[in-house]
Amino acid sequence: MSGGVFIAGAGAITAIGNNITECLSAFENEQPGMAEINWLGTAHRNQLPVAEVKLSNEQLAIRSGLPAHTSRTALLSSIAAREALDDAGIADFSSLRTGFISANTVGGMDVSEKFFAEFLSNPAKGRLRDVVNHECGSITELVADQLGIRNYISTISTACSSSANAIFFAARLIRHGILDVVVAGGADALTKFTVNGFNALMILDKEYCKPFDDERMGLNLGEGAGYLVLVSDKVAASLQKEAYCKLSGYQNANDAYHQTASSPGGTGSFLAMTGALQRSGLQTSDIDYINLHGTGTQNNDLAEGTAIRRLFGESYPPISSTKSYTGHTLGASGGIEAVFSVLAVKHGILYPNLRFKTPMTELGLVPQTSFRKDQLIRHVLSNSFGFGGNCSSLIFSKLRA
Amino acid sequence: MKIYIRATAAISPQKTFGAVPFLTEPVTCAGNRLQTIEPDYTQLIDAKLLRRMSRIIKTGVATASACLREADENNPGGIITGTAYGCLEDTGVFLTQVIERNEELSPPTAFIQSTHNTVGAQIALLLKCHNYNNTFVHRGFSFESALLDALLLLKDQEAENVLVGSVDELTDTSFSILERFGLYRQAPVSNLDLYAEPEKGTIAGEGSAFFLLSNQYSPGTYAQLDGITTFYKPGNSKEAEKQIRAFLSAQETDIKDIDLVITGRNGDLREDVLYESLQDSVFSNKPLVNYKHLCGEYPTAVSFALWMAATILKTGTVPPVTGYSRAEENDIKKILIYNHYGHKHHSLLLVSQSAEDKR
Repeated sequence: MSGGVFIAGAGAITAIGNNITECLSAFENEQPGMAEINWLGTAHRNQLPVAEVKLSNEQLAIRSGLPAHTSRTALLSSIAAREALDDAGIADFSSLRTGFISANTVGGMDVSEKFFAEFLSNPAKGRLRDVVNHECGSITELVADQLGIRNYISTISTACSSSANAIFFAARLIRHGILDVVVAGGADALTKFTVNGFNALMILDKEYCKPFDDERMGLNLGEGAGYLVLVSDKVAASLQKEAYCKLSGYQNANDAYHQTASSPGGTGSFLAMTGALQRSGLQTSDIDYINLHGTGTQNNDLAEGTAIRRLFGESYPPISSTKSYTGHTLGASGGIEAVFSVLAVKHGILYPNLRFKTPMTELGLVPQTSFRKDQLIRHVLSNSFGFGGNCSSLIFSKLRA
Repeated sequence: MKIYIRATAAISPQKTFGAVPFLTEPVTCAGNRLQTIEPDYTQLIDAKLLRRMSRIIKTGVATASACLREADENNPGGIITGTAYGCLEDTGVFLTQVIERNEELSPPTAFIQSTHNTVGAQIALLLKCHNYNNTFVHRGFSFESALLDALLLLKDQEAENVLVGSVDELTDTSFSILERFGLYRQAPVSNLDLYAEPEKGTIAGEGSAFFLLSNQYSPGTYAQLDGITTFYKPGNSKEAEKQIRAFLSAQETDIKDIDLVITGRNGDLREDVLYESLQDSVFSNKPLVNYKHLCGEYPTAVSFALWMAATILKTGTVPPVTGYSRAEENDIKKILIYNHYGHKHHSLLLVSQSAEDKR
């Protein structure tokens, strides 16, 4: 088993940009991606803000090379995964064992829900091409086939921590020498299914979300995809450009408290962060930025904040939720935020937590509220927590920290 | 490092759950759909919790609980689940509500329980288990991915015991959609005659199997899980053969050491052609047995094969219903499972009698 796992490439598509450069520029200009619903055909249009990717399926299809009737999740996945792979600039894959480990929460639901409406009226109706890629794994395969990756393909679905677990699993496959290169992350498109699901849970903010604010009212749903290219130390040494950073720590834990709610003490989050720190051999004082899960719900932010207070005490590092820009992209969030964390390490960036006014009375935590670059950022902790108590934390570290 | 199967449990269309003889009373079914035999869940799960659970959650949680109970383990170092389709019934219920109520506010219960990690999460919740928890959802690789994850945790000594399993359900809706894809037999066939009458199409199935894997031997252990690998879309049977030989070689095993091969034949002549071709090459003169006539075809069916292999090694008997014809040769020490799902997802599992039990 070898040592390091390095980040050689990154790609993302979100409501604030169709690639990494556009996303970074939106951060710098403090332009969030929320707006009225434009693409999703739903009764909630003009009632709930969401953070949609600004391109239509037809535009995404042209960029991705997949047909426009393909699930939007696959279109988004393809674009971000391709960007990551191109960014890594690995000249020759022929001798490398390559994997694609992707995550999503509802597979091809955006098109299967169209099928289902017709099917309900008559079981012989509905176009089969709209349901053929319903499975989560089908989305991964559409993209793997396009990228030409065949050695190892898998899909993870642990709700909102899904793609953090995909990155985590990828790193372990590299450490065990099973694979040399893995494109890992996740994608989710907005669907009527998820919008109505979260609406039924009554945790959607009718205004733009306010993560970690005392007057937070819930989350805004978003969509997108984010992938990293993880490589072994041997591949890292052969890269044409230097790797972004290392993945130095990761941990998965379960809150085991409730199917949807987090425990008041944030047990799962605490265990995930503590475990990741232990694995990386770092102290809390080594962490220079925390990319929060920070959904903007009463429950998540209090539990996560409590766990941070418990672990970091008074001297917590800059913290922020980039969901204040991208919305909560569910199965994609861990991948997208891992990309932002990697860029934070590389470029010394602190992302602002938009719309923050008042600290939570229980905790008094004050997040980073302005954009900063060229800071000294050695280690970034990225949190992803989900339904089912699934909590995962990743730590990205500077190559020479 | 050796990995052991300490305990296992399966809920399937056969009598496999609880203290039952090993596939000696096969359940026959004429049609193209096999359904699980559901146990009395009230013996296994708190009645209050049971009321809220949909069928797949009950099946998965009961199978996992029985597996843990067999090993007297209540805090596994990891809980890893594979499911290709996830919680289809809850997904269908919520989707129907959304469509029929035209997106008026619906109760959230079905949505909450529709997420793919619900079974793994419910097991953690019942055990109050804060350890590693993951769910793989990759079609015909779902269970295999979960197993690989479990093996890595054990080899890294992150855990001493890992609960790993699969669960997939067939609902009336999913059956009717999958049937439209031409997956299943058009004319009714008895599951026990599935291979005698090769045709286009197989029989649909469902079920759950869980395993407690350990990196320590303990008395009562079923078997050793030597290795697992997957390969994706091999171009032809030659490439499949190459992969099989490479896997055996990586396991430092020769095909002549394999006492029994469990194949994923499903009675669909379009799919079984691959196994037939391998029977003339790498598997020639090997005793080959089947399992999909017992549990039906579904993406995580290979977990049923692993349950069967572990039970063969523990009991020292190969049930004749599997098609085993060498009743006098029951000294099985090493089993290879080879499965493919729709020619895309291929997997190999090597299971053997644990070294400690040979002494």
